[in-house]
Amino acid sequence: MSVPLTMLGLLEREPSHGYELKRDYDTYFGRGRPLPFGQVYATLGRLARDGKVVAGEAEPGAGPERKRYVITETGATELETWLAEPAPPEPHLQTVLFTKVVLALMLSRPAERYLDVQRVAHLARMRELTEAKRSDDLLDVLRADYGLFHLEADLRWIDVTAARLDALAKEVRR
Amino acid sequence: MTAPSRAQAPAQSLIGARDVVKSFGPTPALRGASVAVASGEILAVMGPSGSGKSTLLHCLAGIFTPDRGEIWFDGRRLDRLSEADRTKLRRTAFGFVFQFGQLVPELSAADNVALPLLLNRVKRKDAYEQAAAWLDRLELRGLGERRTGELSGGQAQRVALARALVMRPRVLFADEPTGSLDSLTGEMVMDLMVGLAREEGTTVVVVTHEARVAACADREILVRDGKVFDPQAVEVGR
Repeated sequence: MSVPLTMLGLLEREPSHGYELKRDYDTYFGRGRPLPFGQVYATLGRLARDGKVVAGEAEPGAGPERKRYVITETGATELETWLAEPAPPEPHLQTVLFTKVVLALMLSRPAERYLDVQRVAHLARMRELTEAKRSDDLLDVLRADYGLFHLEADLRWIDVTAARLDALAKEVRR
Repeated sequence: MTAPSRAQAPAQSLIGARDVVKSFGPTPALRGASVAVASGEILAVMGPSGSGKSTLLHCLAGIFTPDRGEIWFDGRRLDRLSEADRTKLRRTAFGFVFQFGQLVPELSAADNVALPLLLNRVKRKDAYEQAAAWLDRLELRGLGERRTGELSGGQAQRVALARALVMRPRVLFADEPTGSLDSLTGEMVMDLMVGLAREEGTTVVVVTHEARVAACADREILVRDGKVFDPQAVEVGR
């Protein structure tokens, strides 16, 4: 999963300090694997260098540096492109899809449409794999089967998530 | 029989529905469903349980009559035909495969496959020769004399497929044809169904909740809350 893009999503919701980003990231996306502070600030540094976020003036206060980061138009465009484009259909996409759905709902984006686009991409890939199974080589067939079953599992998750979007939106919107 | 204008039929389609509404008592099943299926196309109809996908199939096949809207087949309004004409059409132009138990248990596999031909007044000898040929094509050679209770689930479903195809229908309707089969057997049934449909130029409408089955089709549509949704037509925008 892309930590920088997830952080851009959290910043589009509202300008935030580094520690707020870490807190929200850990709450929604960390799931037992908290983001180290070092990675938060290193990522913010790279995003700022690439013009995707800008840091405000340092704010007074005790403890670590307190700068509020704001997403730029460049950053927002990159985020939108990532959200709207289907991920390459391949096994083990769960984390990427999960992140996209939660961020889309947080940002009041059309999560259902993103899921539909992903669905089309998945089924197109499944058609290719189904075609590949016409091979006489049983190893090719087994490889295609592996992909097909994993993509099918993703699709079931997509369908169930689509049915739960309203409830999920209430949970992730503040 | 009504003779409607061909010009009003959905363009380029062999069979289609336009703004079809169908309710069962107070419960709406279809709320303005539209779909067009091209000749020779294999279309998968997907959607959650209770979304109306099986009702759509039954309307397209002339088994249910819509409360409102139009069903077209080969340039004619199917929903305006008399019950007798629709029954005739179902016997001659449509084939059906369902999830469970459509075979006659008292009859052998060969009897079941020959039955549609006999009902359509084909000579007994010819009917049984054709039935044997279709059982061969479905890799069931030597099983013609078995009663359906003596067949495995996959074999029984292939007999059902042979019976659906023996009249060489223009459209094959399949409702969860692999729903009661294990993955490998289901795949074999789908392979045969799709392969034979392509050889015969048969149009197929298959209702399924299995993505691997839908992946065998040329195209899929989703039925949601009684409406047809074409995922390929989605435009993503902010």
